[in-house]
Amino acid sequence: MKTLLVCWALALPAAAQIAVRGDTVYTMAGPALRDGVVLIRDGKIERVGPAREVAIPSGYRALRARVVTPGLIDAHATVGLSGWLNQPHDQEQVDRSAPVQPELRAIDAYDPRERLVEYLRGFGVTTVHTGHGPGALVSGQTMVVKTAGRTVDEAVVVPEAMIVVTLGGQGLESGAKAPGTRGKAAAMLRGELIRAQEYAAKREKAEAGKEPARDLRLEVLARVLRGDLPLLVTAHKSYDIMTALRLQKEFGFRLVLDGAAEAYLVLDAVKAAGVPVIIHPAMLRTWGEAENLSRETAATLKAAGIRLAMQSGFESYVPKTRVVLFEAAIAVKHGLGFEDALAALTIDAARILGVDRRLGSLEPGKDADVALYDGDPFEYTSHCTGVIINGQVVSDTPR
Amino acid sequence: MKAGWLGLAACLGLYAQGSSLVFRGARLIPVSGPEIAEGALVVEGGKIRAVGAASGIEVPPGARVIDVRGKTIMPGLVDTHSHIGAPAGADASGPIQPDVRILDSLNVRAASLQKARSGGVTTVNIMPGSGHLLSGQTLYLKLREGRTIEDLLIHLPGGRAAGGMKMANGTNSRRAAPFPGTRGKSAALVREQFVKAQEYRAKLQQAGADASKKPPRDLRMEGLVEVLEGQRVVHFHTHRHDDILTVLRLQKEFGFKLVLQHVSDAWLVAPEIARAGVASSLVLLDSPGGKIEAKDISFGNAAALEKAGARFGFHTDDSVTDSRLFLRVAALAVRAGCSRQKALEGLTLAGAEMLELQDRLGSLAPGKDADFIILSGDPLSVYTHVEQTWVEGRKVFDRADPKDRLYQTGGYGASHDDADHAELHGEAEAAR
Repeated sequence: MKTLLVCWALALPAAAQIAVRGDTVYTMAGPALRDGVVLIRDGKIERVGPAREVAIPSGYRALRARVVTPGLIDAHATVGLSGWLNQPHDQEQVDRSAPVQPELRAIDAYDPRERLVEYLRGFGVTTVHTGHGPGALVSGQTMVVKTAGRTVDEAVVVPEAMIVVTLGGQGLESGAKAPGTRGKAAAMLRGELIRAQEYAAKREKAEAGKEPARDLRLEVLARVLRGDLPLLVTAHKSYDIMTALRLQKEFGFRLVLDGAAEAYLVLDAVKAAGVPVIIHPAMLRTWGEAENLSRETAATLKAAGIRLAMQSGFESYVPKTRVVLFEAAIAVKHGLGFEDALAALTIDAARILGVDRRLGSLEPGKDADVALYDGDPFEYTSHCTGVIINGQVVSDTPR
Repeated sequence: MKAGWLGLAACLGLYAQGSSLVFRGARLIPVSGPEIAEGALVVEGGKIRAVGAASGIEVPPGARVIDVRGKTIMPGLVDTHSHIGAPAGADASGPIQPDVRILDSLNVRAASLQKARSGGVTTVNIMPGSGHLLSGQTLYLKLREGRTIEDLLIHLPGGRAAGGMKMANGTNSRRAAPFPGTRGKSAALVREQFVKAQEYRAKLQQAGADASKKPPRDLRMEGLVEVLEGQRVVHFHTHRHDDILTVLRLQKEFGFKLVLQHVSDAWLVAPEIARAGVASSLVLLDSPGGKIEAKDISFGNAAALEKAGARFGFHTDDSVTDSRLFLRVAALAVRAGCSRQKALEGLTLAGAEMLELQDRLGSLAPGKDADFIILSGDPLSVYTHVEQTWVEGRKVFDRADPKDRLYQTGGYGASHDDADHAELHGEAEAAR
């Protein structure tokens, strides 16, 4: 990890000093600033405050906007793995040779030059939590990357972030392949976690030189059991959400609920479990297991005090990726508060992904990831007019 | 109980038919004329009787005045390409099936119809899919509350139900024989059938009134003859720039009425589309790609066509995009440079013209059908909700009704096709 960061720092040209002045600056670390300034130096945020208090030093490139926010975080995507053209050669989000493959790393499959990565960036998305997608019981790993960088090493923030689990119909196999039912899926997942417990115990107890052979799959699951890696469990039906909570209770892993179309039916249980939710895209199609989704669920979860983030999710056809800015706008239309939606796109997403010390708010010392808008970011007819990642302007075409 | 129910229904029916309604105080967006800050809309017998400033409108005697101050009223939305109601057209037996009718396949009690009403859609062109060169006869419907497909039809003079013909080129209609394997073959198969139809029509014309000289009836040929004679507009699914030009070439050869559908690469051939004088019905996708032909689709298609002077409107392609967010499509076009006026026309009057229904609907004008929507704010704002949808002077969606609201926001059961909904909301309809 450290090595990766050093390489990344060396690869980028020295960042310019930038001063962003906004009529309204949502720092997400306190009340919004009217006529605020964000100073950026060497890729980091240097200072944030009202224009009357923060003088812009000479030599800083000055940018203006009506609204300034932290760079947006897409808390669950498959972008960079599920390519733009949607042809067999550019679809890397799921391998169907086995139902449980937590050892598949996202960093080995990510195309940082994918057109959809650039597309999301144009709307202010500076960070994506992306990787393996739904379609298998355990499809692989995710990672956190910036939407800039020529290589995955330049882009990466967290190379191994979560393990992707799908409960319910999307995680089942057809024909005689297992798992063919929900009961079988849960039994298989429990079996794998128990094997990982035993594997970890044997490795720990064994004398030096007599450890059992390394097993990549069980190694990863042992990290899940240690609490290093959360399970990102996609579940839409209420009873699949309850299965996720039941397994979490049995094994004590860190759980992040994903999708959760029917979370409103089991709100108390989700709240009692204290797990965060990366809610389905508000515009997700209402068919299959998501047929009962409500566009008001984001507001419902927030009102219940459940930590919330937004996702573009996975799309098998058109549009090939969703845009979290657009999805959050529909959640706002259906009752989620303006600043609650911004939080879900920034600081709360950073907290769920465990990157809030670096990302998610405009505070001195954090990465200089900033999005600029010519109006209310959620309004259909507003534009994202500028995007800054690591202190560099990566987009200035209004979108 | 049943008799009482029907009695009440009869009263309501009479009321809606016989009396006037005056919607007073709302901002009116007639689309065919300038906006009116504080207007009045007078509805009578399912038609718009008057549109104007609230101060200048005479309230007819006995009219019920509805206070809609603070709201915005615009024409009901016209969706020129949708798949609500689970339509099923041509089957896998062949690539060209002009005899197949959507009329014979639709479930009018589908939740998707009620969702469309909740999005402000009042008129819709329901199409079969794009997996064929020609997948069947489309159906133009009014989203009246109805129990059968007949309740929703638009009857043309002469009695035929209004509808077009769905065609497609590009990749969707390519598969194993008898389907085409290439673009060249696709065009050849279409030309072959149109030439046959020309010959069939010539025989019909030669026979004149002499029934003994007429060729045997051929449902496939009859469908194509309706196209050749301009009784059915061809709605042609096409994405890639060269495929769009192929459609224009076929149109020139056979002279059929044409609306280009989807037109993902419109921005690449906008001048050619404008020169052909053909209308485009656009879909807007939240990102490009997902299929190779949509790799360059742009929010800017509307602005490009407007700049070129071509006619255009929008569609949902529901469930590709959601009928409940049809207003959003126009707003995204404005985001990418389309004018507000053209964007609003693209949801209403332009669509009506593509369906050749512009004399009946598409704007708020005296004599037109009373199809309109009441909005909480500006039509192009994310914060605006469709509060009510009215078709021919009858309310078919009301956000204040929890059952209707469920369809608009989603929630448990919102996607279940509802056998009862038409009965619950269709009191007036039942009394007809």
